[in-house]
Amino acid sequence: MLKHQCPECSYIYDAKIGDQFEGYPPGRLFSDLPDDFTCPDCAVRFKIDFIEVSSA
Amino acid sequence: MKTYHAYTKSGAEISYTDKKRWFWLLSSFFPLQALIGIYFHHITDNQLWLLLPFIIIYILAPLIDYILKEDVSNPPDEISLALDADRYYRALTYLAVPIHTLSLLVVAWWIGTQNLDWWAYLGLSIIAGIVSGLGINTGHELGHKRTNLEKNLAKFVLAIPFYGHFTIDHNQGHHRDVATPDDASSSRMGENFYQFLYREIPSAVTRSFQIETQRLSRRNQNFFCLNNQILQSYAISIALQGSIVIIFGLEMLPFLVIHNAFAWFQLSSANYIEHYGLLRLKEKSGHYERCKPHHSWNSNHIFSNLVFFHLQRHSDHHTHPTRRYQSLKHYEDLPSLPNGYLGCYLIAYLPWLWFYIMDKRLLQLNHIKGDLTKINIHPQKKIFLLDKYRHNEYQEAQESC
Ligand SMILES: [Zn+2]
Repeated sequence: MLKHQCPECSYIYDAKIGDQFEGYPPGRLFSDLPDDFTCPDCAVRFKIDFIEVSSA
Repeated sequence: MKTYHAYTKSGAEISYTDKKRWFWLLSSFFPLQALIGIYFHHITDNQLWLLLPFIIIYILAPLIDYILKEDVSNPPDEISLALDADRYYRALTYLAVPIHTLSLLVVAWWIGTQNLDWWAYLGLSIIAGIVSGLGINTGHELGHKRTNLEKNLAKFVLAIPFYGHFTIDHNQGHHRDVATPDDASSSRMGENFYQFLYREIPSAVTRSFQIETQRLSRRNQNFFCLNNQILQSYAISIALQGSIVIIFGLEMLPFLVIHNAFAWFQLSSANYIEHYGLLRLKEKSGHYERCKPHHSWNSNHIFSNLVFFHLQRHSDHHTHPTRRYQSLKHYEDLPSLPNGYLGCYLIAYLPWLWFYIMDKRLLQLNHIKGDLTKINIHPQKKIFLLDKYRHNEYQEAQESC
């Protein structure tokens, strides 16, 4: 539930950890990321493209 | 030669040997050519030797590309993971960083200690700039990667020609907006190289500053802070180029200015030819379609690919921006450049020749077929080009030949 993955480059946004470098603190939900969120690694996939992955 | 093994989905074992493995050393060592000129100047006392790299870059390399032609081989998909994981390939990109630093320092030392004629001073400064332009290419490969080591090496090598804003502008600006009118790093049909230069270079600074400011403000930080990746690289530039002035004196300033300018010029040359006229169409949602292989001009010319870390397999690079250079693929039916990059730069510097060769190629692409609405056109040239290549006329020409 808490993890979302970029279908292009496999970058994972884990809400538990957030992404400090990009300025998203731990606990920030994926749904609360800005609408213009762009994959920090490949920059060619956007919020709408990310896929929810099981947190296992 | 190292052989990779993998299994296909059906369970069959396949093996693959990368024939280009050792040839990739060319990308790491090609930047040493300014030092070869210096060596021959030293032993013959003839300053003309300093200009040798002009012949290597603009005559020899395009000629070798013309003779050796294209390499369309691809590693099998199943091997890609193993090929990407092989540390040898990334070691070559690391190695290029000290080589670029050495090249700048040795050239600076030579200019600072020899009594060169003005033309030799100018020529060697331009050559140093062109070589550092190759350094931006190394920074490009490194800057696309996720690891901190690679990101930091990118900052360092980009600092050599004072172009530390490149990674941010390129990854998060150019790749996002490529082949659209919004991107100052995608050239438009009818736009000549010099107009493009004037549009691209300032925009790279402003766009990267905007993107980094946004990131820092999310972290509640000011633009002027230690975490700013652009300023980190600029600080290395100041230390490096400042030391050169302190050691060899103020007469190094013209050298540094010419060096930096020609490195940027070199990068803009690549950007000019990489997406000329290509356009991503808008979907019903109002967003541009995803970047596909036909949104970049590709070149499979083997020699220049081997000195550019495969940059010329640009279609795959834009489709998969984080893919490592050794794994970049060729696709069928791509927009293809007539020579490698170095030969194409020469064409681009002569706008009439560029338009003569490339406008036809652009219009004949399978996804365009003469339809000017599918082309990224320079607004000032729009009426002229619509008049010149009206859809019907194009079709008539096709039918009659
Ligand atoms: Zn991604």
